[in-house]
Amino acid sequence: MKGGEAIIKSLTDQGVDTVFGYPGGVLLPLYDVIYDSNLRHILVRHEQCAAHAADGFARASGRVGVCIGTSGPGATNLITGIATAYMDSSPIVAIAGQVATGLIGNDAFQEVDTIGITMPITKHNFQAMKAEEIPGMIKSAFYIAGTGRAGPVVLDLPKDVQEEEFEYELSKDLELPGYKPTKKGHPLQVKKAAKMILNSKKPVILAGGGIILSDSSKELLRLSEIIEAPVTTTLMGKGSFPEDNPLSLGMLGMHGRKVSNLIVDECDCLIAIGCRFSDRTTGLISEFANNAKIIHIDVDPAEIGKNVDVDIPIVGDAKIILKNLIDVVEKVKNVNKTESEWLKHVLKFKQTCIPRLSFDEIPLKPQQVIKELSEAITDDTIVTTDVGQNQMWMAHYFTSRNPRKFISSGGLGTMGFGFPAAMGAKIAMPDNDVVAVCGDGGFLMVCQDLATIKEYEIPVVICVLDNRRLGMVSQWQKLFYNKRMSHTDLGQSPDFVKLAESFGVSAESVEKPGEMRETVEKAILSGEPYLIDVIIDPEEILPMVPPGCGLTEIVGEYKVERETAGEILYKPIGKEKSGD
Amino acid sequence: MVIKLDESRTHIISALVLNKPGVLQRVAGLFTRRGFNIENITVGTSEQENLARMTIIAKGDEKVLEQITKQLNKLIDVIKVRDLDPEITVKRELCLIKVHTATEKVRSEVIQYANIFRGRIIDVSPETLTIEITGPPEKIEALIDLVITFGIKEVARTGPTAISRGIKTI
Repeated sequence: MKGGEAIIKSLTDQGVDTVFGYPGGVLLPLYDVIYDSNLRHILVRHEQCAAHAADGFARASGRVGVCIGTSGPGATNLITGIATAYMDSSPIVAIAGQVATGLIGNDAFQEVDTIGITMPITKHNFQAMKAEEIPGMIKSAFYIAGTGRAGPVVLDLPKDVQEEEFEYELSKDLELPGYKPTKKGHPLQVKKAAKMILNSKKPVILAGGGIILSDSSKELLRLSEIIEAPVTTTLMGKGSFPEDNPLSLGMLGMHGRKVSNLIVDECDCLIAIGCRFSDRTTGLISEFANNAKIIHIDVDPAEIGKNVDVDIPIVGDAKIILKNLIDVVEKVKNVNKTESEWLKHVLKFKQTCIPRLSFDEIPLKPQQVIKELSEAITDDTIVTTDVGQNQMWMAHYFTSRNPRKFISSGGLGTMGFGFPAAMGAKIAMPDNDVVAVCGDGGFLMVCQDLATIKEYEIPVVICVLDNRRLGMVSQWQKLFYNKRMSHTDLGQSPDFVKLAESFGVSAESVEKPGEMRETVEKAILSGEPYLIDVIIDPEEILPMVPPGCGLTEIVGEYKVERETAGEILYKPIGKEKSGD
Repeated sequence: MVIKLDESRTHIISALVLNKPGVLQRVAGLFTRRGFNIENITVGTSEQENLARMTIIAKGDEKVLEQITKQLNKLIDVIKVRDLDPEITVKRELCLIKVHTATEKVRSEVIQYANIFRGRIIDVSPETLTIEITGPPEKIEALIDLVITFGIKEVARTGPTAISRGIKTI
């Protein structure tokens, strides 16, 4: 068997049916094998989109996504997508071609040190120097990518290795003596945590992306109900808890909901699960949850104590630990006798700061756009976002009810992520509708892949929230840089409708209230790729916590849904906070 | 909140790693990327054929050290990591010092110093002597301080490697 055949056989053995890729010189032997194989190869129009699509595929389905790029520029174009997957713990395997082994180190044509470059942005990477190494490497790569704290793995495959003849043999055992992810939480720590939760008066759960990755939404819901704890999420945790549940507070953090930020500040026990306390989530660390004891459950021991000092760490798989925790707590606590004082207080306060969504202005307010979008889609619709205001508006105003249905680049904050991720999500989950909510800036970075969705008829609906500027950066300029709008105006080019149409993708523009819902419904029904250019108010600002401030210091007008007389002051229950 | 042990001190970290290309780069890269201060790193084969032992000297408080060991453990090629207790750890370094010996008098003085420090003269030329000395880094510093007045031409140090006393292994 040849090395290239071994790659395809190994991928198929791992259950891979689709790959996203772009061929090139050193990948000719591999692509020659792909030509005859049953593997579905989606030819993207830029390698970055291959990586994002593999990532979207992984996030939507929970399966490992695969992307392929050639050596040199092919590999460097994959980098942004690999780093995006790394920051958000998304399991992808990226295959990069490499110049022939004899040329490595000679600055050969299209040579780059892929292993060196990807070391800091991968969970692990491998370079095959002999074809016989390929089967074991690919098996290991999938195992590493998909277990423990998931993440990207890179395979660097020189051209001559793809061509080399060898005797295919795959040993049963993986040779990974240094990789043993912890699954079960320490029982003693679980008991301690249960005790702390039961002794707390004002518990809050902070759910991160780990809930989604470990498929423990049911357990999360159960725990929150038993201990009567409201649930806030990180951006990555959005969808892990049904946001229409009374216990849901919505997202926490810099652009989080007011109720989340203030309730976390007040709580006396914060149960953080599968999150890494990113600066965007915590605000100023020294001010974060100062009244609370913190329990931190995470599969990655290095996350414990990295950003926030914790009182009770539990390392392991969130699903297993939550089950154990529920077992211990249930033995002691009767469920839902009467609503706790704490919960009454939280729910009452939550009512006072439900964000307002309905606006009848032209140009459209993003809140109204998101409201209409929500009305046009179902619980099964997968929504991806780009990065910037569009992302934070979606995170803030969109009600997500199910895991793996809200996909966004959280850690790296990659503009241009939303559209290719939607493409990958649709390929992974063909029965679900997929809508990408992008900004005009981010979408333009990846718009060439309109060709891909057209050629393969991938029916993704792209909503470009079009304010002709880099909204988030200009928001910061407005708020913190004396309105000096340096290079954030994107001008009037292009015409997004014509752009889409030139690729053969149907498109139309939306300007008035009511049109968004209609158009999204029509676009989904069409069963074809579709672009909606949504002209929105460029002046709209999302209230936020300025960098370097505590979570309670929200600036900007927080427009609430229910108009009440005067401003409702927030009154924490119990003892007033001391001055220090 | 737990009490912060923010006293910064030098730590000796011993790590067993797979003996294959790129591992040193992974470890060194990790230190740079995470902003850990690495003072010294030595690598050599270990008692096991496919494993190498790294001895890393790094400065930081307990929190930093915890992160270092956890992040090292996350590397797939790293098998075991242990922060060695300085009280029960033997730390040794090899140093070669080429001293300028202009006169007969200097020459005999340098030889005497080398003897006091249980060093050996391993090379002689009309104008230089090369001393080989092993020991804890402080001892090497002391000898260097003594012979520096004669004029040191070159110093080559391996950096410390370490192992715990007694039956304990990492």
